[in-house]
Amino acid sequence: MNEAQGDQGSTTTTGLVATPQLTHLQRLEAESIHILREAVAESENPVMLYSIGKDSSVMLHLARKAFHPSPPPFPLLHVDTTWKFQAMYDFRDKMVAESGVELLVHQNPDCIEQGINPFTHGSAVHTDMWKTEGLKQALDQHGFDVAFGGARRDEEKSRAKERIFSLRSAQHRWDPKLQRPELWRVYNARRNQGENIRVFPLSNWTELDVWQYIHLEQIPIVPLYLAARRPVVERDGTLIMVDDERMPLAPGEVPVEKSIRFRTLGCYPLTGAVESEADTLPKVIQEMLLTTTSERQGRVIDFDSSGSMEKKKQEGYF
Amino acid sequence: MALAHEDLIASDIEAYLEAHERKSLLRFITCGSVDDGKSTLIGRLLYESQLVFEDHLAALEADSKRVGTQGGDLDFALLVDGLSAEREQGITIDVAYRFFATEKRKFIVADTPGHEQYTRNMVTGASTTDLAVILIDARKGVLTQTRRHSYLVSLLGIRRVVVAVNKLDLVDYSEEVFDQIESDYRAFAAEIGLTDIVCIPVSALRGDNITESSAQMPWYPGPTLLGYLETVEVEEEARDGPFRMPVQWVNRPDHEFRGYSGTIVGGTIRPGQPVQALPSGRRSRVARITTFDGDLDEAVVGQAVTLVLEDEIDVSRGDVLCEEGRRPQVADQFEAHIIWMHEREMLPGRPYLMKIGPMTVGMTMSRPKFKVNVNTLEHLAATTLDLNEIGVCSLRLDQPVPFDTYRENRDMGGFIIIDRITNATLGAGLLNFALRRADSVQWQSMDVNKAARAVRNGHGPCAIWFTGLSGSGKSTISNLVEKRLDALGAHTYLLDGDNVRLGLSRDLGFTPADRVENIRRVAEVTKLMVDAGLLVLVSFISPFRAERRFARELLQAGEFCEVFVD
Ligand SMILES: Nc1nc2c(ncn2[C@@H]2O[C@H](COP(=O)(O)OP(=O)(O)O)[C@@H](O)[C@H]2O)c(=O)[nH]1
Repeated sequence: MNEAQGDQGSTTTTGLVATPQLTHLQRLEAESIHILREAVAESENPVMLYSIGKDSSVMLHLARKAFHPSPPPFPLLHVDTTWKFQAMYDFRDKMVAESGVELLVHQNPDCIEQGINPFTHGSAVHTDMWKTEGLKQALDQHGFDVAFGGARRDEEKSRAKERIFSLRSAQHRWDPKLQRPELWRVYNARRNQGENIRVFPLSNWTELDVWQYIHLEQIPIVPLYLAARRPVVERDGTLIMVDDERMPLAPGEVPVEKSIRFRTLGCYPLTGAVESEADTLPKVIQEMLLTTTSERQGRVIDFDSSGSMEKKKQEGYF
Repeated sequence: MALAHEDLIASDIEAYLEAHERKSLLRFITCGSVDDGKSTLIGRLLYESQLVFEDHLAALEADSKRVGTQGGDLDFALLVDGLSAEREQGITIDVAYRFFATEKRKFIVADTPGHEQYTRNMVTGASTTDLAVILIDARKGVLTQTRRHSYLVSLLGIRRVVVAVNKLDLVDYSEEVFDQIESDYRAFAAEIGLTDIVCIPVSALRGDNITESSAQMPWYPGPTLLGYLETVEVEEEARDGPFRMPVQWVNRPDHEFRGYSGTIVGGTIRPGQPVQALPSGRRSRVARITTFDGDLDEAVVGQAVTLVLEDEIDVSRGDVLCEEGRRPQVADQFEAHIIWMHEREMLPGRPYLMKIGPMTVGMTMSRPKFKVNVNTLEHLAATTLDLNEIGVCSLRLDQPVPFDTYRENRDMGGFIIIDRITNATLGAGLLNFALRRADSVQWQSMDVNKAARAVRNGHGPCAIWFTGLSGSGKSTISNLVEKRLDALGAHTYLLDGDNVRLGLSRDLGFTPADRVENIRRVAEVTKLMVDAGLLVLVSFISPFRAERRFARELLQAGEFCEVFVD
């Protein structure tokens, strides 16, 4: 980002040679780097939650910047559900091979044993068991005290007041009473035995900022974000991609090829696609800016019950 | 939703992206009392400047019909109302952050809802913002709350204030009403040192002077609210200030490379520039400014970088790299404003932790010198600070820290207070000044020194400290001793309690905190007089052992002699 600096200097009225003003993306980037460094410096055993989505990609990129020339001093943790898109697994393995960062994959053994899946158990149980429980298991197993997450405040109204350093009890619960005021750039990362802290370096980024930054920095992302012809079925008005043979089809239901892309990526049976011709990043951004419904519409889990986001947070989903 | 950039997005997305990349960022806080129209105003700004998503808009229309206050018309307040759950559950919330962008800028709004927790919320929100928008209901004018908001804004070092006089539609868009409020406000603001003020008459509900100049108020020639926010220069005062970078992390991937990572919180830096590490005082020069994107020729305030120095000097997390000529002070005792943010009251003398920049140190606070009534700005006597109270205290740290005053540099002078047991953040503080410099490198050594003066005087210096209750005979005895010494040709001075109270300590009373301060001053004066080569006789009721020890520690061994008169 720094090459861009030279030609955007503003001159002050005093006539001094003004140093270039930082752009909003440079300021966000610096803030995220500051947060990453601060959390790592105050942690004994940090980890970065890696969901393979675009926010994770940006977060990993920022981590590489923050500690350069050292590699990020923590592993990535992918809490897997076995139901992600195949393209996500491919992308994850390629990224890890290229960046040399250590990757930990956790699959909740109870889920494997019971064969938990979104079709027979429903999205709520599926998500709770694989993701929420799986995450707690992985954090406990490795004794991580700080976990970076890619959540943003603009994602949802209830997120708007979430802290950047968010304290969780030993049971991983988010207790509103435990949350601490955050002033200036001073973050309180102290915790007692058993407590852990979720740290959100992208808190102040918007969806547009993330896309813009990916574009500017040419950060690799899963190809599913770009439109291509893919097999889909329509269920309750949502387009679901038939990503593998585990997808049960109703009698007479036939997948059709459509040009689609995804605004957000998760478990394929729970992730709605949008019809689109946007096969480049600028076109995706263009579509996002012009038409549209907000990002979370694609996440089937949100429709379960109202206020579900808040509930999930209390249970430790994020 | 009139959007000029919508066309550009449609016709030339690449050009739009390029323009968007270059936008600057403005962070501001909105302050208003309940029902002044804060939510409506923020909702309106989001709506006018952003592409509000269709599903949000559909939800807004539905909600406006269902629970809106506008008889089915769009109720913009609902756009920002993500906090109802907490309100119902009685959970404390501090600050909600909102985001929007226009053609010229990206904005982050710190929205501080609720009034019970107002001080805590506002202080938190204000700490990260460049500017404050203060709402005033045109029908009510400048209220107690307006004063409180303005005081907090000024305390937190925000210099730019926009006063949005709202609901002008309810006062017939009256110029007189607006003028009256403006002059009332300016008169008050001047008292608390706010000078950079812009007043704008608006109707958040009707959209007057928000993004477009209002046809209803032809008498108002100034900018619209958004127009002003888009163009106001956020003067990065810290940029012209001296270079400061607290070290967050020592970067050592291998034996070849050793860098210091941190965010620049003041000034600029270039390779070749001399720097000093504090508190150690060691000097070196910047060899490289390393980033993932390559080395830089220059880095400025706000950037997160890694500095490589020319020499291997010992620097660790919490140290501050700074400009040699204009370095921060190093001290372990301060006077500070304390804002208490926890249900459990502040306890003078209790050990807490202070986190300032990346540095965490042990701290105790004195009894407050006073607390501030945030509504009237009166100074009140206080023995402690409760939730949402603000006071001025002396602090004592268990090790010296580099700092600038909060007025000079928010990052170098602002700190949080942490509970040693629960680790909760209990409050925040703003350093006003050092009570005692701990920075030995700051003491200027002179050629004519104590030893030279001792030769000239024919005797070495010493402090003789007479303590004892009032009426015990301290003054009589010390007076006799001085006469005797004078007769022997010694250079003496008698520091008398009453005389000091008439001058140097005229501003102090007799509270424990004031007594402590009085003794501190006397001890410091004694130290200077000892340095000047005198035999100093100090006659004081000095009841606190801690302070007598303080005086003793200011001097060298053998220079302090305590006489207890009974
Ligand atoms: N007439 C008029 N009413 C307004 C204006 N701004 C806000 N209101 C109304 O004042 C009431 C309180 O507004 P709200 O935004 O909820 O206030 P908040 O408590 O400060 O967030 C609501 O009924 C609004 O519709 C305005 O400019 N003109």
